[in-house]
Amino acid sequence: MRVITPIAKPKEGSAGLTGKWRIFKPVINYSKCNNCGLCWLYCPEAAITLDGKNVPKIVYEYCKGCGICANECPVRAIDLIKEE
Amino acid sequence: MGMKGILRVVPKEEYLLPGNPSCPGCPASLGLRYLLKALGGKAILVIPASCTSIIVGPYPFSSLRVPVLNIAFAAAASTAAGISEALKVKGKEGIQVVVWAGDGGTADIGLQALSGAAERNSDILYVCYDNEAYMNTGIQRSSLTPYGAWTTTTPKGKVEEKKNLPMIVAEHKVPYVATASVGYPIDLILKVRKAIKYRGFKYIHLHAPCPYGWRFPANKTVEVAKLAVKTGIWVLYEIENGKFRLTSLSSSLIDPSKRLPVNKYLKLQGRFKHLSEEDISRIQERVNTMWDELMRLVKES
Ligand SMILES: Cc1ncc(C[n+]2csc(CCOP(=O)(O)OP(=O)(O)O)c2C)c(N)n1
Ligand code: SF4
Ligand code: SF4
Ligand SMILES: [Mg+2]
Repeated sequence: MRVITPIAKPKEGSAGLTGKWRIFKPVINYSKCNNCGLCWLYCPEAAITLDGKNVPKIVYEYCKGCGICANECPVRAIDLIKEE
Repeated sequence: MGMKGILRVVPKEEYLLPGNPSCPGCPASLGLRYLLKALGGKAILVIPASCTSIIVGPYPFSSLRVPVLNIAFAAAASTAAGISEALKVKGKEGIQVVVWAGDGGTADIGLQALSGAAERNSDILYVCYDNEAYMNTGIQRSSLTPYGAWTTTTPKGKVEEKKNLPMIVAEHKVPYVATASVGYPIDLILKVRKAIKYRGFKYIHLHAPCPYGWRFPANKTVEVAKLAVKTGIWVLYEIENGKFRLTSLSSSLIDPSKRLPVNKYLKLQGRFKHLSEEDISRIQERVNTMWDELMRLVKES
């Protein structure tokens, strides 16, 4: 008898490209950004990454457009723009 | 605090993967992201039915880079205790067995297994993410839904009070009990790291405002979570070997004039929009009385 155990494997996009859910797109205005890290800290989706210089970058394939990053940014450096 | 300060506590490594099925603005995602960062991914999660059962991903995919065991409601704490014993027998060190359960799964359906594991001082970390209702089945009230809140089963607002679960767990005399909030991730991460230094039963009660169930816009999860603490409705504390201590912002709120009026928190949420002036004063009075009791604990410790 062969026993098959269903084991799920980790994968980005387990629910597909969740960026398609977005109604508003967060866009970082880098001339205002003071690199405080709060958008990265509070993104529930882990859809903001920090590059080698710790500059935040939004991963639009997966960003669901919740707007928390824009709400928490202390210098209002993130604009929410209506998706087409 | 700044980027440097944040990165001193919060590792860059992610264990919750983007593109998972959680709602936009989900507090369970936030909490899981912080929990797994705090544990450096060295964990086995035991998860009873809840929104998280969905978030962990549709088979054959997983949204988490740690092993997850999906389990029946009443069995979470006892299953985790069993896994923890098995790891000991196999001589595997450094892997934390964690129950991650909702308020319904913890304060109602899983309470006897939780109490049993706490009484036996089983070597597990139990985290209750408290979104104050049964969200995954469509917003039914739980014993952790607060007084006055609308849910689909309390259409005129809940008439009973919220159960004080962290204090009930603390009465089991376990080594570590703490409250936390998704609005205060540094506090949460430090508590997780402190908790896992103890062998035995550790409990963290994580306040998790849910945009879908509490009827506020998805961009306000963190704002609502912070307001719960700033108004003193939710209190951040820890109890280490019986010693009580307020933490983070809550430690500066003993003076009532430092706390915001509860309405600042209530008015952001659709689930409270039917409340009368009397209801709001009643909630304010309950908060004031709770803080008088907390003062006594602070003085005793
Ligand atoms: C024994 C049993 N009863 C009922 C259900 C249906 N059920 C699935 S998730 C859920 C809600 C759990 O609420 P909570 O623990 O607060 O987690 P949340 O969904 O809010 O994240 C319920 C009732 C079930 N899966 N098993
Ligand atoms: S909108 Fe939400 S999901 Fe998108 S980057 Fe901002 S916080 Fe993350
Ligand atoms: S929160 Fe705003 S200021 Fe801070 S790093 Fe993000 S975009 Fe920059
Ligand atoms: Mg719940």
